[in-house]
Amino acid sequence: MAHVAHAEAQAGHELSFWRKYIFSQDHKVIGIQYALTSMFMAVLGGLLAMFIRLQLGWPGQSWPLLGRLFPSGMPDGQMNQAFYLASVTMHGTIMIFFVLTTLLTGGFGNFLIPLMIGARDMAFPFLNMLSYWLYPPAIIILLASFFVSGGAAGGGWTAYPPLSALPGAAPGSGLGQTLWLISLALLILAFLFGSLNYITTILQLRARGLSMMRLPLTIWGLFVTAILSLLAFPVLLAAAIMLLFDRIGGTSFFVPAGLLIGSVPVDHRGGNPLLWQHLFWFLGHPEVYVLILPPMGMISDILANNARKPIFGYRFMVGSIVAIAFLSFLVWGHHMYTSGMAPVLGTAFMTTTLVIAVPSAIKTFNWLATLWRAKIRFTSAMLFALGFLSLFVTGGLTGIVLAQPPVDIYFQDTFFVVAHFHFVMASAAIFASFAGTYYWFPKMFGRMMNERLGKWHFWLTFVGIYATFFPMHYAGFMGMMRRIYSPQIYAHLQGLQPLNVFVSIAAFVLFAAQFIFLYNFFRSLFRGPQAERNPWRATTLEWEAPSPPPHLNWGETLPTVQRWAYDYSPPDMAEDFQPQAAPAAVPTGRSREGRGDGGHAR
Amino acid sequence: MPTNDTTSGTRRSAALLGIALALLIVAAVVTTLAARSRWWLPPLASAQGRSIDQLFIATFGIISVAFVLVHGLLALFVWLYRDRGQRASYWHENRALELTYTIIPAIVMTGLTLSAAGLWSRIHSAPPPQALVVEVRGEQFGWKARYPGPDGKFGRIDPRHYSARENPWALDPADPAAQDDLVLDISTTGELHLVVDRPVEVRIRAKDVLHSFFIPAFRVKQDAVPGMVTSIWFTPTQTGPYEIACAELCGPLHYIMRGKVVVQTQEEYDAWLAQTRS
Repeated sequence: MAHVAHAEAQAGHELSFWRKYIFSQDHKVIGIQYALTSMFMAVLGGLLAMFIRLQLGWPGQSWPLLGRLFPSGMPDGQMNQAFYLASVTMHGTIMIFFVLTTLLTGGFGNFLIPLMIGARDMAFPFLNMLSYWLYPPAIIILLASFFVSGGAAGGGWTAYPPLSALPGAAPGSGLGQTLWLISLALLILAFLFGSLNYITTILQLRARGLSMMRLPLTIWGLFVTAILSLLAFPVLLAAAIMLLFDRIGGTSFFVPAGLLIGSVPVDHRGGNPLLWQHLFWFLGHPEVYVLILPPMGMISDILANNARKPIFGYRFMVGSIVAIAFLSFLVWGHHMYTSGMAPVLGTAFMTTTLVIAVPSAIKTFNWLATLWRAKIRFTSAMLFALGFLSLFVTGGLTGIVLAQPPVDIYFQDTFFVVAHFHFVMASAAIFASFAGTYYWFPKMFGRMMNERLGKWHFWLTFVGIYATFFPMHYAGFMGMMRRIYSPQIYAHLQGLQPLNVFVSIAAFVLFAAQFIFLYNFFRSLFRGPQAERNPWRATTLEWEAPSPPPHLNWGETLPTVQRWAYDYSPPDMAEDFQPQAAPAAVPTGRSREGRGDGGHAR
Repeated sequence: MPTNDTTSGTRRSAALLGIALALLIVAAVVTTLAARSRWWLPPLASAQGRSIDQLFIATFGIISVAFVLVHGLLALFVWLYRDRGQRASYWHENRALELTYTIIPAIVMTGLTLSAAGLWSRIHSAPPPQALVVEVRGEQFGWKARYPGPDGKFGRIDPRHYSARENPWALDPADPAAQDDLVLDISTTGELHLVVDRPVEVRIRAKDVLHSFFIPAFRVKQDAVPGMVTSIWFTPTQTGPYEIACAELCGPLHYIMRGKVVVQTQEEYDAWLAQTRS
């Protein structure tokens, strides 16, 4: 593979504009395509969240201006229930699948994997292009569903049948739900093509000397994530196709006999709604780790670089990534404690779930130990990495509450759950994405982002996230249910309105602050100062290539790796870092035992 | 270095972040204390709920300690180890330290698992023989209930006999046990009547889509699943009216799917039952 690519590089022919930027097979272009498309979707997903907060902050309020913009969803400026539920459903769907998954694996994964392992491209460049080009059609189908009769899907991102299976059950269960399933199926294919590629590339195309135990943790995170995706997404794909058949083919996988919608008997028999929940969460839980393992890796590399100190406990870090990934396949039932699933399963799933706290604690304390006696510089990337640590811990800890079935009886499907996953998964993954963008932007585009704007962005986002999501815990304490259009009729939720107003205002500020980032991103793209090859004085391979790297990444020769990825501040060296590919230093006579590469394959 | 980080810039960032993290700890503690009077779990009214609340408070205590510990260390480290021109220490392995923070969480998690498993199996044990048995059914968008007649048996249900007005429970007229069932609409005209200090087993059905039977004051939540009968039992400990909510998205009017419960003394309950049946 490398030989072919090399020959092509030497031929040096110019690619046409279409082959270079649109139907490109270059992993860097594909990565950037994925990232830019994800950013567009993130703005949409964020906008939908603003609709949710508008309604929950001021239920029943009329917004005449918005009514003119959205005549069907907000007639006379007042949001209707179907539009509210479509916003809730599409916010979750877009953010989880169309933003975070695509950005982390499709964006960062594509761009970074070949560069960080010293390869010229992915193992299957054509498959890689195909993977990206399934994404825009999936988006178009998903967004088209807003304009069909009944509007977009309104059954939640979990799409539990029978609500999602019976077109007569709700406006959002019409054509919108069918399009939702088709769109998701397309996107899953894209993820599968990508995952195959990442696994093969990491196993087959590593530079000479780059053993698995010398890989940067970013690559470990992406590698294990690809394995998770490859094993978990086919299950959701199968479930989505079964649900599609239930909707349009007259099958009954998920719909039992004897149901009545209003007074109309439902013509299905023999299905079981719990089957969908098992299949959905068999993907759904590993999916949470698809969104958090790449961040864990990226954060480890950004922390080490900005602390000028090796990552602490590299082997435990790799081990805990693998352990978390393995356990993630055994915990899906913790989403189903109150579902009617046999109680004994609740005990089993609680046990596996609480075990995950152990590798998560290892990672957290290893990050803290990395900071101990470090030399921390507070770049924007580092601030977001430290923010990630805080958010991950805050969100992870509330998971311990929810993992216990007796306690979960009360908190299941309340805002406590909403607060929990917005911290541990959503905000943490977004923070890692921001950290990764500030850190790798110079490599992606050959220009630096503005650090001053980056810091403003960090502070407003960090405070905004806590102000938005922390009070949601209290709404959960009061028992405020998820996905309700208004809490106002419930006696136990009286007194909640000031809290909801506060959360809504905080959410608006949080959303507005993201335009600082967008401005910084696009301005730096054209006006940012030229980036050096290695502006952060980092050790890993991607910084050996020019900024931005040319087609096929490396010149005549591929880099050869001499050591592990974390040789920061090594003793008896004047420099405070030693790149992975730098030739071995001449021995100075002092013992070099106990250096990070000791014991790892050479 | 293209960053505009000077020593004073580093010092400012470190101070800001250290203070922000310290303030975060303070804010979390203060708002939680303030929330206890305004935004807390609704007053408890069931026997099972007491153990659930105790387990929750214990867990909340544990995670609060971890929250303060991690954020405190983070605040301390970003301040102490900011770039002041020093050289970072080349220290990246300490098996004893790593095993410590592997084993301590493992022990805590084991303790939580055992106590939660014990409580969970008590909650899902067989209901006591003297328990009242009632059925509730979730539907778009309300709750219905039924009590067995004097024969103590629930009649057979057959959806073919459904009629929104005459036969909302779709009782089978051919079944003698169905003749005397007492059916109530507990979202509009009626209430679910329970007896204080007497265990009750609630069997839960769904007519159309998923719902979830949620009584916040009792710490009870159990999904209503089409095609299945789920059940949960508990013991109300306070007389008075309470609310049933639906906790599983069931359609556009999910948010108004509310029901009413009233807990009475045995005498009041008997009087109500006799009056309603006649």
